[in-house]
Amino acid sequence: MTTTTLTTRRAPSRSGTTGDPAARARARRTRLLHWIAVHTVAVAAALFFVLPFVFVFLTSVMSDDQAMSGELWPHEWHWSNYVTVFRTPGFLDWWKNSLLYAGLGTLFTVCSAVPVAYALAKFRFRGRRTALLLVISTMMLPPQVIVIPMYLVWAQQLHLAGSLWPLIIPMAFGDAYSIFLLRQFLLTIPQEYIESAKVDGCGELRTLLQIIVPMAKPGIAAIALFQFFSCWNDYFGPQVYAAQNPASWTLSYGLESFKSAHNVNWNLTMAATLLVMAPVMLVFFFAQKAFVEGVTLTGVKG
Amino acid sequence: MASTGLVPDALRRKRTRERLRTLGFLSPWLVGFSVFFGYPLIATVYFSFVHYNQIEPPEFVGLRNWKYVLTQMPLFGPALWNTLWLVVVMVALRVLFGLGIGILVTKIKSGPGLFRTAFYLPYLAPPVAATVAFVFLLNPGTGPVNDILGAVGLPAPSWFNDPGWAKPSLVMLSLWGIGDLMVIFMAALLDVPREQYEAAELDGAGAWGKFRYVTWPFLTPIVMFAVVTGVVQTMQYYTQALVAGKLASGVSIGPGTVIQPGYPDHSTLTVPQLVYSLGFQNFNTGAACVLSLVLFVIAMAVTTLLLRKRAGLIPAED
Repeated sequence: MTTTTLTTRRAPSRSGTTGDPAARARARRTRLLHWIAVHTVAVAAALFFVLPFVFVFLTSVMSDDQAMSGELWPHEWHWSNYVTVFRTPGFLDWWKNSLLYAGLGTLFTVCSAVPVAYALAKFRFRGRRTALLLVISTMMLPPQVIVIPMYLVWAQQLHLAGSLWPLIIPMAFGDAYSIFLLRQFLLTIPQEYIESAKVDGCGELRTLLQIIVPMAKPGIAAIALFQFFSCWNDYFGPQVYAAQNPASWTLSYGLESFKSAHNVNWNLTMAATLLVMAPVMLVFFFAQKAFVEGVTLTGVKG
Repeated sequence: MASTGLVPDALRRKRTRERLRTLGFLSPWLVGFSVFFGYPLIATVYFSFVHYNQIEPPEFVGLRNWKYVLTQMPLFGPALWNTLWLVVVMVALRVLFGLGIGILVTKIKSGPGLFRTAFYLPYLAPPVAATVAFVFLLNPGTGPVNDILGAVGLPAPSWFNDPGWAKPSLVMLSLWGIGDLMVIFMAALLDVPREQYEAAELDGAGAWGKFRYVTWPFLTPIVMFAVVTGVVQTMQYYTQALVAGKLASGVSIGPGTVIQPGYPDHSTLTVPQLVYSLGFQNFNTGAACVLSLVLFVIAMAVTTLLLRKRAGLIPAED
């Protein structure tokens, strides 16, 4: 919070003074002071963002006793804590479930969002604007508003409560956020490509699959990543549909109960916490560009 | 179908084909929208007028659920207050802090990539994991933060265990995950044309003048975007508040244990949590549906208000 005021109010850089050496020396000094100020604030801010990870990691390799002590540096490095976490009953099932939910969810979302976003971006038809506004208002709707009737249908009519299917199946029918994001991306593809494909005798579906999809790869990668993360991170969905059946818990949902089961063992809890974060971080390092592009796309071109 | 004679057959066929094509491409969403959005919304309105415990058949009770929730339910007030508090404080601080970090990032000359990654990574941490980590870090007894505060002689608050500090602790957690806003603001700041700064400098503008008259006009749409999406997200604020409250309270929770959310003293109880607890723990479907409709109306009102003020947010067609 303090960093904000510091950065916006920092002293003006009076560069541009040319001529006598004294003025130039002054300018150089101001630039140096400026550099020092910026980097001091940057390091302070970086500590705020990085230290939590460091403390979590250090605690994750402490002994049971030391993790309770509040000391910062581990006396001995207990890497076996990670093995213990993996051996906890259920933990591997949570991994499997998270991968199933995030993997299938992403696949379904991409397959359904691509044609819808394409139609919204490139077709002219009556009610196009209304459709777009409806997509946007779906994005705005808190999921809690519609969850009770949906739960009752899944539980009482379809008997699928206790599994992850009530979360996965709806994704085959278009996720509003992905549709909107991809539409914004498709708008940047010039109409001429589509028209020339048509002149060459391409049908609508072939135009989409052979012309548009290859060009829209960055946009598709972005929505796939977002969807993967949002499924991986989802807590509310699994809590509603899978809570009754521990065999269907995901990592995000199971983590909290992990803490309760190991009530005093902060070291194991922190190891498990890092293991829940790990896949997301890993994916990020491989797909950094697509991810940052997606974030900017939502904000800047909206 | 036979031609009516007014429109040539070929043209009619083309139009029909185009309409069918559009419907075909939109069909996943059309189905999804009606089944997973339209139906439940209507059903929620219906359930708000019935007494239904999810076992016996529903029984029509008119406005009784509405009256109960709005005038008698003891937790309605605190939940609404907490949600609105978070909407105002969290969104405002997130936008300010995100903007600050965004500006800072554009000024870093040495190792900018490293700093950017450091500022961005927490945004990727899954909310549950981040919350578990913060409950540990801010643990009054064994957490490293209070250790450090104590070592430098600063007062050590009880954070998630103190009703006065619980919400600020949640705000801190959300400021930690500011990475998305930082990226958005950074991209916008880099888009500001350099020449405009030089022109402003010639006119004698200082740092503040340049920010106010050059940067700010470019930033307003992005700030509006951040505010609107922030409000929408915070109206749904659920996971972090629930997990923080549960873990900080130290209650051991197995499946089937019903605990009242909002520890300590309902200070972290938000409207979505109350919806869940009414609908899935107390099986008071009617009251839960009333509450979700209240949430819906507030969310819609706030967003339309914000969107009207700055129409550029929803893309003007064509």
